[in-house]
Amino acid sequence: MTNLIDPLHMKNMLWLIPCLPLAGAVINGLLGKRLPVRLVHFVGCASVFLAFLISVAGFFTLLGIEEPHQRFLIQPLYQWILTVWHQGSFSLQVAFRLDPLSITLCLVVTGVGFLIHLYSVGYMAGDESQARYFAYLNLFTFSMLLLVLADNLLLMFVGWEGVGLCSYLLIGFWFTDLEKAQAGMKAFIVNRVGDFGFFVGLMLLFWTLFEGSNGTITGLGFQQLRESIPLLNSASPILGVGLATWIGLLFFVGATGKSAQIPLYIWLPDAMAGPTPVSAFIHAATMVTAGVYMIVRLNFLYVIAPAAMAVVAVVGGVTAFYAATIALTQNDIKRVLAYSTISQLGYMFLAVGVAAFSTGIFHLVTHAFFKALLFLGAGSVIHAVHSNDMLEMGGLKKYMPHTYLTFMAAYLAISGIPPFSGFVSKDEILWATFNSHLPVAGLGKALWALGLLTAGLTAFYMTRLVALTFMGGFRGGLEKEKHLHESPSVMTFPLMALAVLSVVGGVIGLPAVTHLPNLLHDFLGPVLSSHGASGHQAHAYWLELLLMLISIGVATTGIYLGWLFYVKRPELPGKVAARFAKMYQVLEQKYYVDEIYQALFVRPLLKLVALSGRFDLNTIDGAVNLSSRVTAKFSFLIGWEDLKIVDGAVNGLAEIFKRWGAALRHLQTGKIQHYLYSVVLGIFGLCVFMFLF
Amino acid sequence: MLPDHLLSWMIFFPLLGAGLILFVPKRYPTVMKGIALAATIPPLWWAANLYVQFDRWGTGFQYVEKVPWIRAFNIHYYLGIDGISVPMVLLTALLSFICIIASWNINEHVRGYFALFLLLDTSMKGVFCALDFFMFYVFWELMLLPMYFLIGIWGGPRKEYAAIKFFLFTLVGSVLMLVVMLVFYFGSVEPATGLHSFDLTILADQSVHQAFLRSHTIRWLCYLGLFIGFAIKIPLVPFHTWLPDAHVEAPTAISVILAGILLKMGTYGILRISYPLLPDMAREFALFAATLGLISIIYGALCAMAQTDLKKLIAYSSISHMGFVMLGMSVFSNTTAINGAVLQMFNHGTVTAMLFLLVGVIYDRAHIRDIDSFGGLAKTMPVYAGYTGLAFFAALGLPGLSSFISEALVLVGSFQQYKIITITATTGIILTAAYFLWTMQRVFLGPQNKKWADLPEISLREAFTLTPLALIVVLLGFYPMPVLDLIGATLKHTVAMVVG
Repeated sequence: MTNLIDPLHMKNMLWLIPCLPLAGAVINGLLGKRLPVRLVHFVGCASVFLAFLISVAGFFTLLGIEEPHQRFLIQPLYQWILTVWHQGSFSLQVAFRLDPLSITLCLVVTGVGFLIHLYSVGYMAGDESQARYFAYLNLFTFSMLLLVLADNLLLMFVGWEGVGLCSYLLIGFWFTDLEKAQAGMKAFIVNRVGDFGFFVGLMLLFWTLFEGSNGTITGLGFQQLRESIPLLNSASPILGVGLATWIGLLFFVGATGKSAQIPLYIWLPDAMAGPTPVSAFIHAATMVTAGVYMIVRLNFLYVIAPAAMAVVAVVGGVTAFYAATIALTQNDIKRVLAYSTISQLGYMFLAVGVAAFSTGIFHLVTHAFFKALLFLGAGSVIHAVHSNDMLEMGGLKKYMPHTYLTFMAAYLAISGIPPFSGFVSKDEILWATFNSHLPVAGLGKALWALGLLTAGLTAFYMTRLVALTFMGGFRGGLEKEKHLHESPSVMTFPLMALAVLSVVGGVIGLPAVTHLPNLLHDFLGPVLSSHGASGHQAHAYWLELLLMLISIGVATTGIYLGWLFYVKRPELPGKVAARFAKMYQVLEQKYYVDEIYQALFVRPLLKLVALSGRFDLNTIDGAVNLSSRVTAKFSFLIGWEDLKIVDGAVNGLAEIFKRWGAALRHLQTGKIQHYLYSVVLGIFGLCVFMFLF
Repeated sequence: MLPDHLLSWMIFFPLLGAGLILFVPKRYPTVMKGIALAATIPPLWWAANLYVQFDRWGTGFQYVEKVPWIRAFNIHYYLGIDGISVPMVLLTALLSFICIIASWNINEHVRGYFALFLLLDTSMKGVFCALDFFMFYVFWELMLLPMYFLIGIWGGPRKEYAAIKFFLFTLVGSVLMLVVMLVFYFGSVEPATGLHSFDLTILADQSVHQAFLRSHTIRWLCYLGLFIGFAIKIPLVPFHTWLPDAHVEAPTAISVILAGILLKMGTYGILRISYPLLPDMAREFALFAATLGLISIIYGALCAMAQTDLKKLIAYSSISHMGFVMLGMSVFSNTTAINGAVLQMFNHGTVTAMLFLLVGVIYDRAHIRDIDSFGGLAKTMPVYAGYTGLAFFAALGLPGLSSFISEALVLVGSFQQYKIITITATTGIILTAAYFLWTMQRVFLGPQNKKWADLPEISLREAFTLTPLALIVVLLGFYPMPVLDLIGATLKHTVAMVVG
């Protein structure tokens, strides 16, 4: 392929990808109130669209480079941090790195992002603070692109927390609702717990490499890290666990925060308080996948830490299953989708945990398509019904045909029906898990079974969602029914575009059985240390085909049961719920995890806080006041001051205050000038005296 | 055009303004304010020039002025600056200028207020430029005086208590410093002249220390004395209880100066006096100091979360943030931590100045600071909420804003030497996020409190005081090199000197 764009030019343009949305955020943030709303929309959408165009150009530039291992462009912008000492230095640059991995994410972020910006124009129409909304959304796009394009870990961390900030701002966008504001706060703080792990991992990584290399490692650039990572193996273990494992686990703690995995997933369901396009963009398609991206970015670290990988896989697999069970019973349409997102993210971690890095990214991409579509479709529904409660929906198929049709595409994709994109990527994960070589025997097969079961649950709860929303008759009352309408085309166009992607997105990662190239896997190859699990294996086509058929069977069963429960015999769910009342309640209450965390962490912390406050006031400050009282008493004993007055004082200091107060009152009656004159003259006099002396 | 004796001009120019104010008739308060403002502008300009012209590669003192002052005791009028002083001087000049504007609504005893303020300005700059121990001490004490009156006269309801508490605490520190100063004076002999000396550059030369001053016990006691004196100023837990009271009672601009500059004198004093004079003890005390830093970080954050008074909360957050400085300064195996510490001194100065200015804005309108009595203010005062949001996120160390860089450098640097301490300190970032966001929510978010629905939006004057600080906070977040560049060479030298 000939190069349409000189890689050199492309390299110099990289900064534009994140900075265009940043410019949009600045313009809308500072001037938005004074701009006409159409211009606000234009700035918001166009900045992201331009970034998308540059990303496309970047993609083709990379493809144009013949040698796959040369497919990276690095644009150093400026020296960011530099501290030097005798034995070494700590030096970081602000630099952007375009390689197959980052461009894949860039395309998703700007492409899906643009569609969601466009959709927001319709969804947010009439809201009084649209400029603020688009400023936040653009700022998020900037932060996410910074995270993706950063060439070193600390710069990545800037994007990492930056997206957290925007998530906070957008969850609590309608801040006069206290519950929404609290949801934003919860998201940020829980994420900070994860960021703690990230940051400790970063420090441990740097200093281990620094000491291992006798001070020649000076930064956290990905290239340098990748080359020096074997040094971790020679570092002495801590508590019997190797350094690579420690570091891998610490970074994974960060990932569980950002990507809502057990045990830090609890913020994501609450995050649904934000406007629905935000849920689609941030809490489904992009930000929450940052943890997966980070692990794939650090794949060279994880491949030498098999124990950490196993933990990633297990947490991912268990989260996938666990969140799916909660999704079974929720009635809030966005909450179902939120738990579904947690579950799908679990699949991605399962993939990267079994070293199928490119498969994890593949599912990230297809999930971005179909989950964004599901959220936007749900948003379209909420826009019409003015409620999140599925019990007040039903029969919307008739009123919202475009929304319905596009929603069905995403529904089939997530449920795992071939040839929709979700089927292809999820099946590849299951296949990779089945074939994995985890350090514990049989673990791979167990995780495969869990993943398969989750697939069935997914098909079931999604069928339930579709049935409650679109099938049957409308349950929201006659008054509402009159106003039901299809959303404007500025909202349905993004739905259609995403529907097309959800249907055909699978072509970029076709399974080996098809004997067609797995484009994404080959493209990402140079970034990855391991070509294994998800690669085309010469053997066992029959096994792959068999497993595929099993998973199709499971998905179909899930759909059938969902249909049976919620369309054919709608009385069944109630009966089942009554039969298993205890279990149903546990699921409905989300395993009481919020309550448990409240009791285990929040309340003890608040107790400690109150204790510290009291201790400071009573004990430390009390000691100070006591000493002053003792001094005053002592002075009384030696008769240094007027006995009567000190005797009468409860607080020894009080008298001194009184006297000072009295003195100050004198000052306030006009004598202050005198005092000041004397101070200043005194100083001048002193200086003059000293000089003469 | 820069005058000769630049540092002297910069230090004493505000004092000239103070002198002039004393002669303005009482009925012209605005003239007094104008003079005060005018007296802070040239020093700001000179400080900016200093910043530009300062030789980044030099490790010695620059702009040195040295003349004999009191010959009988070999005391010199000795000024000079290095990479640690420059950012502090710049910060002082900037905050003084901003604080005069922020004090524009002071209407009682205008003359006294502004004259004292300018005197304070002079003494602060003096502390940051003095290279003679005696002179350092004089400026240090001189600072105490205007501060005492500024809190005691223009303060809140419990101003007398707060002022005297501040006074007594600081006095204890000063006395300790005085004793150590005299020990050093009599314990050292300048080889060239055979005289005792207060010259800090000479005292740093360990060979001038006499046998008496070489005794481990004496050195240990001296270091302890200095350390307590400076720890009171920083303040480190458990020497901190004067700070919340002083802040709550002090008028806005004085809180800004107090948190923005006076606290830095503690850590500055350690860098300028303790480390050069007693490098061996610096190493010996390092773990202890780092531990106190850690305790301040965590304990300060916990106490901040317990507060219901907005100003007190920010006062405790200062304790927590200054803990990072102490932690970073206690690391000698690399310069990353100490660079972070000095950068944090500067960043905390700008961020906390914003925070106190912002509290002043709301207090001027509502006349209360009780966090729980507000709610939904973001609806009433969106611009104010925006500024506060920026300041809060800067204070909680959001990447992209200045404090993140300094705290990250402190943590990364400290990790090499103190693993457990640093990991524990890192949990501080969770607590900090928690109390700032919780405060944000209680004051600004949620349903609009009707009681405050007609509070006027932030005024142009108030926005004018905040904007330069906000710009610095954002700029140094993405590009901290302007400060790191300035301090790097000096700190490399400092660490090398302590390590020996």
